[in-house]
Amino acid sequence: MRERTDRPTRPGRAGATDRHEPAGPDIAEPVLAIEDLTVTIGTRRGPARAVAGVDWSVRAGQTLALVGESGSGKSLTVLAATGLAPRTARVTGRVRLLGEELTALPEPRRRRLRGRHVGFVFQDPMTSLNPVLTVGRQVTEACEEHLGMTRRQARERAVELLDLVGIPSPRQRVDAYPHQFSGGMRQRVVIAMALSCEPDLLIADEPTTALDVTTQAQIVELIADLRRRLGTAVVWITHDLGVVAGVADTVAVMYGGRIVEQGPVDAVFDAPSHPYTRALLAARPGPGVRDGDLPAIQGSPPSPLDLPAGCAFWPRCPVRGDARCEHELPPLVPVAPGHRVRTFYPLSEDA
Amino acid sequence: MTADPAAPAADPGETVADPGEIVAELDNLRVWFPAPGGAAVRAVDGVSLGIRRGETLGLVGESGSGKSTTGLALLRLVDATCGSVRVGGRDVTWWSRRQLRGLRRRVAMVFQDPQASLDPRRTIGASVAEPLVVHRLVDSADARRRRVAELLEMVGLRADLADRHPHELSGGQRQRVGIARALAGEPDLIVLDEPIASLDLSVQAQIMNLLRGLQRDLGLTYLFIAHDLAAVEHMSDRVAVMYLGRIVETGTPEQLYGQPAHPYTAALLSAIPVADPKVERHRRRIILSGDIPSPVDPPSGCRFRTRCPQARPDCAEVDPVLVEVAAGQWAACRYAGEAVRAMRAGTVGEETVH
Ligand SMILES: Nc1ncnc2c1ncn2[C@@H]1O[C@H](COP(=O)(O)OP(=O)(O)OP(=O)(O)O)[C@@H](O)[C@H]1O
Ligand SMILES: Nc1ncnc2c1ncn2[C@@H]1O[C@H](COP(=O)(O)OP(=O)(O)O)[C@@H](O)[C@H]1O
Ligand code: SF4
Ligand SMILES: [Mg+2]
Ligand SMILES: [Mg+2]
Repeated sequence: MRERTDRPTRPGRAGATDRHEPAGPDIAEPVLAIEDLTVTIGTRRGPARAVAGVDWSVRAGQTLALVGESGSGKSLTVLAATGLAPRTARVTGRVRLLGEELTALPEPRRRRLRGRHVGFVFQDPMTSLNPVLTVGRQVTEACEEHLGMTRRQARERAVELLDLVGIPSPRQRVDAYPHQFSGGMRQRVVIAMALSCEPDLLIADEPTTALDVTTQAQIVELIADLRRRLGTAVVWITHDLGVVAGVADTVAVMYGGRIVEQGPVDAVFDAPSHPYTRALLAARPGPGVRDGDLPAIQGSPPSPLDLPAGCAFWPRCPVRGDARCEHELPPLVPVAPGHRVRTFYPLSEDA
Repeated sequence: MTADPAAPAADPGETVADPGEIVAELDNLRVWFPAPGGAAVRAVDGVSLGIRRGETLGLVGESGSGKSTTGLALLRLVDATCGSVRVGGRDVTWWSRRQLRGLRRRVAMVFQDPQASLDPRRTIGASVAEPLVVHRLVDSADARRRRVAELLEMVGLRADLADRHPHELSGGQRQRVGIARALAGEPDLIVLDEPIASLDLSVQAQIMNLLRGLQRDLGLTYLFIAHDLAAVEHMSDRVAVMYLGRIVETGTPEQLYGQPAHPYTAALLSAIPVADPKVERHRRRIILSGDIPSPVDPPSGCRFRTRCPQARPDCAEVDPVLVEVAAGQWAACRYAGEAVRAMRAGTVGEETVH
């Protein structure tokens, strides 16, 4: 990518960071860290506690996967962390972006930091694209503002970015409109847009959910490759455990607005210790259950308007513990280094 | 969790069922929609398919490949441009509107979005009762109530939900209502168009179990359309893979997932993410470049050739037909088997992203 002068030099960005290499001391500072984040939304039917007590951080060149079912609070967590929560939301907790405490900053400064350092990719590319502007204009719109480029420079940069995200013949396509692109190509354009300011953090909220599995594979490879080459930190939201296994270094599993299990990807998949994580992995169809019923989880996820007093998973939990599960919120307890679960009854590997 | 689909097949062939009675059959079906400028969208473009009593036939393929249109054609909810649709041994391709009422009792459909397929103003009971009334299957209000209660219980819902409205139900419950409605006419065939795609993750397995249980108990026949290839593998006795209006490969799940013969099947399978980080880290993906071409103007010869990592010059000239590559496994590729072996052995991989 282009040389740039206004970027504070940060070690750990240059070159590829191997997925599983332990982080060196110089990249110890996370790109984004959130602590005790809670989001309550005022609704007609009362306050909805959509996110509660969420802690996590992500480092340069690493991918954190936020996984959970629809409504579990994944999107609100990242929106609130970056100051984009809806007006009706009350957000508490601490958020540090590149070491700066975001929650303490006035909105204009926060917006500038976000625009400059964070790129977003959402599920539906058309929510990020303007149908009446050429893709070339849109790809560089943000960085023209932030980096003070001329129109000509911006156009060159747009071609470069479209090429980077694998759009064939970018010089011919730069003047096309979004409707002339397929769903997968539009998502590539949105990724190019998100990368235009060379962000330190890429937030990808279900970026492949609307795509075919073949296109999903292309986008997964693309983001993984960009992360390796540019050292970007990635927060990847998905409900697909297969995608998590393919992209994540660390995983946070959400249920009813809270993290119920969190840790390195191998630990969470090899030794899922929360009854929800374990049940979810077991309920996936696979060769082992070809002829029988799947071990399904009964019931459906809770509404944030009507959360159980204790563990949110209690009403559906196959372990079901005791009155404590029903009435007391279990703490997040470590079961292995870096691996924590929110349950009174962590399952051991051979359970 | 699925094993690496690139692993060799365990033991193909053995599960090939007795041909059995054909419940529904498509013969060289084409469904073309008018497109601007006098062209045609060839949504379905020469599909032949038989569905046997008591089986689940899985239908997979990328978005726009013609799966839903194929399903709709079985209910005659779209008209054939040419070819034929046979249900219960009778050619229904040109049946009149009046005759079709009978057909829609024999073939029912369950849609992806249970929210959209139920009328929000009607009670659950009224929605489930509708087919009973239309097909005159009950002769009194009392019999209707009893039958609705029975249908709701069959899909695992309490009978008192009959008085509720769709918005009072969860997504999984609404999909159960959609299934109850489809069962009302005691159909020979149910077309399930992405029935779990919009459900919560922890609810999908419940619905798959329900569908399989009903099939066991009632001897139902399903056409199961889905994007989720692991779900299709779990649910199906046979699988058909569609690409751009055609079926490119059919066989048992063991055959297709173990030893695909068509390059498209192999690529589709290799794109499925596996919920095991160790497998994901070491597998080699066959990544297709580009997108499915427009069905208005499909490529000459083999339709897959513009994205096929193994395309040869003559693939542009000859339109391959389905040939039997193993007992009950058919593939439409001139280089069936050989091409997949070359893809898997070869260098095709990450570099094809661009
Ligand atoms: N009523 C219609 N008029 C015009 N074109 C149509 C119509 N219905 C479908 N098509 C086109 O026909 C092709 C096949 O559509 P179909 O809905 O059958 O695909 P599908 O395989 O079910 O896709 P998906 O996975 O997205 O549901 C597509 O190109 C679609 O745009
Ligand atoms: N703007 C909003 N107004 C009211 N409720 C909201 C709003 N956004 C999200 N919610 C609610 O907050 C909960 C968490 O939402 P979200 O973070 O979007 O979940 P996820 O991304 O995990 O699907 C859900 O119950 C959702 O309905
Ligand atoms: S016929 Fe040729 S282009 Fe088509 S799938 Fe086979 S090898 Fe590929
Ligand atoms: Mg979301
Ligand atoms: Mg469809």
